[in-house]
Amino acid sequence: MFGEYSIGDLGSIFVMQGFAGLILFSVYVLMALGLAIIFGQMGVINMAHGEFMILGAYVTWMTSNVFQSYLPGLFSGYFFLAMILAFLASGALGMLVEWVLIRHLYKRPLDTLLATWGLSLMLQQAYRSIFGAREVGVDLPQWMLGSLKVSDSIEVPINGVFVMGLTVLITMAVAYIMYKSRWGRQVRAVVQNRIMAGAVGINTAKVDRFTFALGCGIAGVAGSAFTMIGSTGPTSGQLYIVDTFLVVVFGGAASLLGTIASAFSISQTQSTLEFFMSGSMAKVLTLLAVVGILMLRPQGLFALKVRK
Amino acid sequence: MLIGHQPKPFLLAVEGLTVSFDGFKAVNDLSFYVEENEIRVIIGPNGAGKTTVLDLICGKTKATSGKIEFRGKELTKLKENQIVKAGVGRKFQTPSIYDDLTVFENLEISFPRGRTVFGALTFTRDATVRDRVHEVAEMIFLKDRLDMSAALLSHGQKQWLEIGMLLIQDPDLLMLDEPVAGMSVSERAKTAELLNRIIKDRSVLVIEHDMKFVEDIAHKVTVLHQGQILSEGTMEKVKNDPKVIEVYLGH
Amino acid sequence: MNDNRFTTRSELIGILVLAALLVVVLPLCLDVFRLNLVAKYLTYAFVALGLVICWGYGGILSLGQGVFFGLGGYCMAMFLKLEASSVANTKIQSTPGIPDFMDWNQITSLPLFWQPFHSLTFTIAAVILVPGLFALIIGAAMFKRRVGGTYFAIITQAVAAILTILIVGQQGYTGGINGMTDLRTLKGWDIRPDHAKVVLYFFEVGLLFVCIFIAQFIRHSKLGRILVAMRDQEDRVRFSGYSVANFKIFAFCVGAVFAAIGGAMFALQVGFMSPSFVGIVPSIEMVIYTAVGGRLSILGAVYGTMLVNFAKTSLSESFPELWLFGLGGLFIAVVLAFPNGLAGIWQDHVQPRIDRLISSRKPKSESGWTDNSVADGAPAE
Repeated sequence: MFGEYSIGDLGSIFVMQGFAGLILFSVYVLMALGLAIIFGQMGVINMAHGEFMILGAYVTWMTSNVFQSYLPGLFSGYFFLAMILAFLASGALGMLVEWVLIRHLYKRPLDTLLATWGLSLMLQQAYRSIFGAREVGVDLPQWMLGSLKVSDSIEVPINGVFVMGLTVLITMAVAYIMYKSRWGRQVRAVVQNRIMAGAVGINTAKVDRFTFALGCGIAGVAGSAFTMIGSTGPTSGQLYIVDTFLVVVFGGAASLLGTIASAFSISQTQSTLEFFMSGSMAKVLTLLAVVGILMLRPQGLFALKVRK
Repeated sequence: MLIGHQPKPFLLAVEGLTVSFDGFKAVNDLSFYVEENEIRVIIGPNGAGKTTVLDLICGKTKATSGKIEFRGKELTKLKENQIVKAGVGRKFQTPSIYDDLTVFENLEISFPRGRTVFGALTFTRDATVRDRVHEVAEMIFLKDRLDMSAALLSHGQKQWLEIGMLLIQDPDLLMLDEPVAGMSVSERAKTAELLNRIIKDRSVLVIEHDMKFVEDIAHKVTVLHQGQILSEGTMEKVKNDPKVIEVYLGH
Repeated sequence: MNDNRFTTRSELIGILVLAALLVVVLPLCLDVFRLNLVAKYLTYAFVALGLVICWGYGGILSLGQGVFFGLGGYCMAMFLKLEASSVANTKIQSTPGIPDFMDWNQITSLPLFWQPFHSLTFTIAAVILVPGLFALIIGAAMFKRRVGGTYFAIITQAVAAILTILIVGQQGYTGGINGMTDLRTLKGWDIRPDHAKVVLYFFEVGLLFVCIFIAQFIRHSKLGRILVAMRDQEDRVRFSGYSVANFKIFAFCVGAVFAAIGGAMFALQVGFMSPSFVGIVPSIEMVIYTAVGGRLSILGAVYGTMLVNFAKTSLSESFPELWLFGLGGLFIAVVLAFPNGLAGIWQDHVQPRIDRLISSRKPKSESGWTDNSVADGAPAE
């Protein structure tokens, strides 16, 4: 398939597709971060994660509409507010879901998978009833359109670089929260020994609720980023959930660095392959490669050998 | 090392056994030998690597280096179920029994026949099986409870049931991880009696903290400390070893 | 209770009640259209039955049963499609004698992997063996490496996603998103008219009972008890000398083969096969049939499948927007409140009442004949 391209062409193709894949990478990283926190730290499989992302996307869409109608002068800056609102909305919903549903199921991980799947169906239907079945698209402010010309054959989309930058910031913030803050220490204490953590005065129920909400909130931010690569519909989130789970397990659950590396390799493989073949075959090949590697190395890319 | 090279073949010979977890050596260049029909007790402070040694022998954990020879077979290369077939049985620290099955079914599953998929499908509960289950149930004081769900047994009875499940396997080497932990005094005495009865024709490797119990049953004691042997010999000798007193018995 | 009994008395009654319902009551009470719907539901019951063995007993949650349903269904559909694409039937195509969708996709000769599906014997073998071997490969790769639980569930889900995208993408070979439609005859016997549907229905019910008996046999064999034991204490089973992986592979393969039989019956009964029965959504829906029926109950799986599908059909006919809320709510309710599904409700609430009724009428007679393991209950219909 590479036959008809020269080496120089191929180089440009890889770089261009690489940058084109940046937004996909960002969405994967943000989705996977949220999932990894919930799955890796709490052992809960959140099948409704895609719907939390889509909530963020709808919030972004609504914010852009409000700005367009009432504050057209400030439209260029709406995205920042939209992201914060997306985080808050998804986080709040996450907190509610944890309280109603998840906290009863911590001892039955396979059952959380089924229950959250049920939740995802209900959320999809709720979106359909509220926002309609048609997919909606978000208008980007002028400054995010267009691209930077790096060389004659290489152009980089501005929104890609922007989202990428944001992703880096959020990832660093999450890393700080989980590994450096007092609260992150409490989360890890609960993960390692729930009973002991409770005994030394950590409010485990509260830690669980905020961890879950944080994961969902990050998914909401992923939804904001998502509006730049696709239109938002009630079932758009479902398409991402399997990919994101693969990102998490491929990276080795509970490893932040692994999650990022695996999101990068998966999104880049897919984006690069898409140039050479149909999108669906690119996806099949990518997923096949991931599943194949996981069969050979089930612990994922980055995993510690633990005494057990 | 107390025991040098002796003409009589050992049942179990562990040589230079090492396992490291991310650089931490839980067991470090460990060598010891168990004879036929010997009861060996391993003692040592928490984190000394006692359970890890059992894990290594039964194949639960893979050794980083070293040899475990059992009846001339190299165990480090075998899978867990092959190690069982070779004649090693292992009891876990917390009683691992099948709560959803009856006592009879618990024992039956350990009966060494029909261990392949096809064998298990076509397994029939004939007189041999039934007699053996009843025989073992009597030994482990659970004769009247065969039809009871195993979940309803007391903690001590669960421990006995697991010992019974090992007995029915008829292993040449029986490994017990804290068999009397959490037992009442009377249960403890009964367990000692049980162990003394079942060690005929087999060797036993026991991890135990209860010194009274150890004195009752041990032929020889190995003291582990930080993954290495601190002392080895009779209980009397070990008890008076100043190194042992310092790290373990003195506390 | 110490005997290897094939079925207990209460189970036997349950099987007889189900048989009476499927063989006598439903065919007498329903018109052909409704009976045909039941037949369609029952094809999923095979999947649910397989999940009882694989998930309920073996503890292996597969979210990719649609893959096996689809493989079985596509194998059958390929045979039927070839028969429907005889040269005489496809005269107007630019290449007569090949399936219509190939002709539309500019394929001019029958692909090699389609050739053997001219033979019914090969097809029947393929319906069993293709999904069986596929499950064997996945199972061996995963279980030999001690991969299980949620991780396995995610991988199977990914496999379902891959297969769907592949079927949709390779239109020329698979019929794409529309699937294989317009299936007509089986060895010259028209499968479309009403009387053929009725015959197929009874054949399907027969096959279902064969599968139920196989499942019963597995459950009451030592293998069934080992599966239960493994679910509780995998290490104990391993250190009792069993290769845990082999038993899991077996349970997974049984689930796959049952699902494939259901898929093949679907192609025959409904007359088409499409990727919409393969992917993530149908696969997870199949899990809910089992969960609603009770994951430990062989007969519950059949009732659960029928009930959920009946609810789906009637709700989506009258209130299409409510159906997803209903299904989602059902998932949550079953998991939170009734982890043992209908069979659990039957066993905890209905069975004791019946027992009391019987024992109050005939004091002292046979008290305690009900098995204390999870009874297969027939919920009131």
